[in-house]
Amino acid sequence: MFGYYLDLALRSLRRNRVLTALMVLAIAVGIGAAMTTLTVMHILSGNPLPGRSAQLFYAQVDGDPMPHGGNHREPPDMLDYQSATDLWTAHRADRQALIVDSQLKATAPQSNKPALMLTMLATTTDFFPMFAVPFQYGGAWTAQDDTQRARVAVISANLNDKLFGGENSVGRTLRLRDSDVRIVGVLKPWRPAPQFYTVAGGRFANGDTAGYFGRPEDVFVPFRSALEINDGAFQPFNCWGQPSAPGHLQNAPCNWIGLWVELGSHAKVAAYREFLDHYAQQQKALGRFQHAETRLRDLMGWLDFNHAVPRNARLQTWLAFAFLGICLFNTVGLLLAKFLRRAGEFGVRRALGASRRAVFAQCVAEAALIGFIGGVGGWLLSLLGLWLVRRQPTPYADLAHLDGGMFFLTFALAVVVSVLAGALPALRASRVPPALQLKVL
Amino acid sequence: MELRPILSTLRRHKTTSWLLILEIALTCAIVCNAVFMIGHRLQHMDMTTGIDEHALVQIQLAAIAPTPDIYARAREDLAVLRQVPGVQAVALTNQLPLGGTSSNASIKLDPAQREPTLSAGTYFGEDIPQTMGARLVAGRHLQPDEIVNADVVIKALAGGNTKGLPVAVTVITRALADRLWPGQNPLGKTIYLTAQVGVRVVGVLADLVRANAYNDTTAHYSVVLPLFMGAGKDQSYIIRTRPQVREAVLNAAVAALKKADPARVVTQQRTYDEVRGKFFANDRAMAGILVGVIVALLTVTALGIVGLASFWVGQRRRTIGVRRALGATRGDILRYFQTENFLIVSFGIMLGMVLAYGINLFLMMHYELPRLPAIYFPIGALVLWIIGQLAVLGPALRAAAVPPVVATRSV
Repeated sequence: MFGYYLDLALRSLRRNRVLTALMVLAIAVGIGAAMTTLTVMHILSGNPLPGRSAQLFYAQVDGDPMPHGGNHREPPDMLDYQSATDLWTAHRADRQALIVDSQLKATAPQSNKPALMLTMLATTTDFFPMFAVPFQYGGAWTAQDDTQRARVAVISANLNDKLFGGENSVGRTLRLRDSDVRIVGVLKPWRPAPQFYTVAGGRFANGDTAGYFGRPEDVFVPFRSALEINDGAFQPFNCWGQPSAPGHLQNAPCNWIGLWVELGSHAKVAAYREFLDHYAQQQKALGRFQHAETRLRDLMGWLDFNHAVPRNARLQTWLAFAFLGICLFNTVGLLLAKFLRRAGEFGVRRALGASRRAVFAQCVAEAALIGFIGGVGGWLLSLLGLWLVRRQPTPYADLAHLDGGMFFLTFALAVVVSVLAGALPALRASRVPPALQLKVL
Repeated sequence: MELRPILSTLRRHKTTSWLLILEIALTCAIVCNAVFMIGHRLQHMDMTTGIDEHALVQIQLAAIAPTPDIYARAREDLAVLRQVPGVQAVALTNQLPLGGTSSNASIKLDPAQREPTLSAGTYFGEDIPQTMGARLVAGRHLQPDEIVNADVVIKALAGGNTKGLPVAVTVITRALADRLWPGQNPLGKTIYLTAQVGVRVVGVLADLVRANAYNDTTAHYSVVLPLFMGAGKDQSYIIRTRPQVREAVLNAAVAALKKADPARVVTQQRTYDEVRGKFFANDRAMAGILVGVIVALLTVTALGIVGLASFWVGQRRRTIGVRRALGATRGDILRYFQTENFLIVSFGIMLGMVLAYGINLFLMMHYELPRLPAIYFPIGALVLWIIGQLAVLGPALRAAAVPPVVATRSV
């Protein structure tokens, strides 16, 4: 029966090519725009660590000792040095990693490649297993390397390609500023979106958070080693006083370090929350803190708090779906006109014994066929749209690709949208009374 | 033109007419808001900086090895740059108007104040307004003997001993002065950047936009402080030259700096126009997308009108034939369809205005957009009326061409 309806639909579509083209075009353009923006939103609002994100938490305390007014309901986005190291050395979580970025110059002494300006992540060994960072060669440094300030480093696949032509460079030397470090691990290409572990300050970004979708750092160094290697080049997140030496923030009145912890169960989360509160209360009692507010947000909660999805991308998605809505109205109108015009034909079918349901099914089949052809057009247009997105000067441009799921969603959306669009006209068509139409003929 | 027959026809095609009305209403609502957002972005992109944009170029350097004396280095660099042919003025600055990365300070009018009055962009350096071409409207510029090296100030502030510091003075923008002391003379007034040090206003600039000028109101709040930062990777040399030769001067200046100290890499080398272009790149892209959306929406709506009108014409061939046979002229038929379209579009516009207002309220809540000015409503209506009339013209002409003889035939 379905085959017959399809045959009828094809005939009907061929009968009025201009109108068919109009409907297909409207659906294709609507689907193309909606899918392009939806794909971008899907990438931007996705979970960078599915399965693990619920166990990862970002800890905040308020180390600012200044007695301000009501501005301290929310602790700052990063920690001061003492709070960060206190919380980290307590080792109260399953895993914990300190995070701070800085810029430095790097060379490979054995190669004759020119010096590169890189971003170095100073972190601790738990960073790699916590965030499921994939290794190509070697592995993370040890906990001992963290405490002994070992001169070791893990480098990105990108840097390994640039400096060592993609070979196994474990054991080779890299010069970071004036210090030689031994490479202990090389990562596989790794591109979490967003680069979630350095996200901070989103509430001051005025909706322009595209910067969160940049690439990860090229070199990872044990926290304390990095502070020594790149001393003088660290940037504070915010300060409540003037640091005595620019770029050296260990004893400065500044917040500049992030702390991530992994907590495997609800009980552990509750215990860690209590630990944070206790720490803040204790520091307040000691007079170092003025505010005992703490926060422990999970990864997605932290991204949400920072409004990690750029405002422009949200706006574009709203626009695209409004556009799809208009295309839908358009299609409903055209289908209605088309079906009602064929009232005679439906009258004959009804008179010959077709049930209302059969006429309805025939009309819906025709709408679905339009939807499917529109879906093909929409898929091509969303490929074009994503190509345009990739040419935009945004950090997430290279991520804009249609994956398998989105590909099927394109067709599903197109067919569902056009079946919905066809439902009302089909219902009207199936109500055509047989006798009345025969009389006119 | 008699409206009643048209209205009664529309009433007989209720569903189809309503669909078209709703489509036009949605289009009207979105187009009004989209045009408004484009206007808003364009207005933001049109922001005045108060400086001589086309005449400026920027160079930023990063040292490979630690620089022994960053102040001597910077002084020598400035001297070297002044020797480059074509350079009219040069200054070391910690930030550029619309530069993106910014240095800001909380400003208080009274050191005992609990909350700062506002946040302003802080320019540190010598000759910054003069080099950038920011116009002085009152008072004077900062004098060379008022300039202090940054480390002196940092040490004094960190140690809490501010006795040895010279009297601190500043030049501020007119927008900031008007905000802090409305209707008063700002010269001689004091602002507090920290609780310890008050800074006296000695000059007022017509304008000098801050580096993070995201908000149109606070964008013009800047202060210039007589602090010499010394050479460093976050500092920039800003050079003023003639617009026609700026590329050549930029290249010559970079070459001169490299020669003066080869142990450095150039991290930024661009004209000020590039700085500005980069700052607004996002807004420009968004405005482009909005224009695309508007064009696509109007096209789809126009095609929808063409499609439906064609169908109605096809459906009513017999009726048209009868009317023609009864004496209606071609013009009558043409005007009938045009009036019908006008009525539908007008209903759509009325509904669309309400919807546009609703969408605007939503945007005001979520995107900090101002209220939609009333002027957009008549303009939106006019555009839709024109598009409706253009779209219906083809089908209406075809209707007018139906010969009266059709009336005598059965379907």
